[in-house]
Amino acid sequence: MSDNHNEALLVAKKITRRFGGLVANQDVCVDLIRGKVHVLLGPNGAGKSTCINMLSGDLPPSDGQILFMGKDITGLTAAQRSLVGIGRSYQRTNIFPKFTVLENVRLAAQSRNQQPWRIFSKAQEQKWALDKARACIEEAGLGKKVDWVSGVLSHGEQRQLEIAMVLATDAQVMLLDEPLAGMGSDESAKMVEVLKRLKPTRAILLVEHDMDAVFAVADTITVMVNGQVLESGPPAQIKASVAVQQAYLGSEDSFHV
Amino acid sequence: MNAQLLLKLVGLAILLCVPLTGESFYTELIAKTLVLAIFAMSLDLLVGFTGLVSFGHAAYFGVAAYAVAQLSPKYEAASLWFVMPAAVGISALVALFVGLFVLRTKGIYFIMVTLAFAQLAFFVFHDTPLGGGSDGIYLNVKPTASIAGWMPFDLDNQTHLYYFILAMLVLVYLFLGRILQSPFGRVLVGIKSNEHRMQSMGYLTFRYKLAAFALAGGLGGIAGFLYAVVFGFVTPELLSWHQSGNVLLMVILGGMGNLVGAIAGAFVFTGMQEVFGTWSKHWQLIMGGVIVAAVLFLPGGLAAIPGRIKRSLQGGGSNE
Repeated sequence: MSDNHNEALLVAKKITRRFGGLVANQDVCVDLIRGKVHVLLGPNGAGKSTCINMLSGDLPPSDGQILFMGKDITGLTAAQRSLVGIGRSYQRTNIFPKFTVLENVRLAAQSRNQQPWRIFSKAQEQKWALDKARACIEEAGLGKKVDWVSGVLSHGEQRQLEIAMVLATDAQVMLLDEPLAGMGSDESAKMVEVLKRLKPTRAILLVEHDMDAVFAVADTITVMVNGQVLESGPPAQIKASVAVQQAYLGSEDSFHV
Repeated sequence: MNAQLLLKLVGLAILLCVPLTGESFYTELIAKTLVLAIFAMSLDLLVGFTGLVSFGHAAYFGVAAYAVAQLSPKYEAASLWFVMPAAVGISALVALFVGLFVLRTKGIYFIMVTLAFAQLAFFVFHDTPLGGGSDGIYLNVKPTASIAGWMPFDLDNQTHLYYFILAMLVLVYLFLGRILQSPFGRVLVGIKSNEHRMQSMGYLTFRYKLAAFALAGGLGGIAGFLYAVVFGFVTPELLSWHQSGNVLLMVILGGMGNLVGAIAGAFVFTGMQEVFGTWSKHWQLIMGGVIVAAVLFLPGGLAAIPGRIKRSLQGGGSNE
């Protein structure tokens, strides 16, 4: 392995996903490097969610290879990928609505040391899991709502809860599908701070439409159109790119490609 | 919290008094109901806590009942301490095996495949020498509890048998209550709520579900064992889909995901069978109506009643 700072944790090599005749992703390459935020941009239907689903193991690629720290993980399920250190949040909030915030995150923490055979111990007495859950909730900015039933939280707060759950699984690679969607500007700003705090020790893939947030945290931006990578590079390069402007950023006409 | 505990203790005290009445008919009826209550709790682990609606749970009940009958010598008593663990172990193993297949399906497919396996088991006992045909087999002598000549209790004695069943009910209740608080149990409840999310957090949910399925099969086996001991004979009907349906109804009536509810469901169900049975030949029609009404007007089952009373009392209080 190379030095810790620019270590490529998750590498997708020409991954392709076909749904029947439709090619949702074609030869997509993504490198996620520790300490960097990689943003995936693109109009609706560009294939961003398909891409993140292949990286997280929710969807097997039709072609191509995914490496985690140099090892081929293309065949691993979502659960197995979570266990090696790849965590994700979902575009549509995906929590345990009847559980409290604490229990949502405690379950996430418990996943790192499951001990299923200890059927006579009490989950609520596993201090390490509770402590970790509380710390992650605090980190995600939900500290005041620890004991709330998560289903009654606002949409933005549920997004924060998702982040807390990913944190509690010790994920080294975080795949975040529109974590700012539906958040007010205050909440967004807070979440951007959280992302910046998390960045140095982790590799983050971010799918996001909020351009202010994107340019505030991105180290690399990959623009996808029609299932293919249009351009990939540092934010300055993407901003200056004529192709990107035509396809996505500037032109209203082609926004809904 | 304390009111709940009090209610449970009152219920237990009433159950403890039943044999003291000396009414042999009612003691046997309540003993049978307690057996069904254990059966319903075992199914509730799957339906109410893990979100697995099994429509073939009678298979494990019946397999254990047949295991006692087959493992007991024809004219002698088998040892309780051998035959009970054996029967329960066999039903758990059968459930483990069936679980390997059925847990690969979800939703309506799971319901159908569990039913299919139960029907398979039904016909194994109905049509092969193993089960003695549609007439079933007699368990001529009840198992003995004697340990090296010392006899702590006698299952031939109706009162002893009653208390033995009640003790098993309490044990199964405490056991399940404890398990549900464990990390394992929390995972099961998480799977019920959102299995996909559990997987994306690194839980290999198939294994958890398989463990729950085998466990529920084993606990259902305890009920099947006790049933065979109470009635002294076993028939393929024990594994029939009616039986699977009845226990599912008990769980639904009682309120899924509540162990006391499952017990209450067994009592109400058996009570309805008895009461409506004396009214009319078409008692199943009346019972069907009651069940439809219960599902419509009491979606949380019997277990939701205390909460409703409490809320209406509080509501009334605030109006004054």
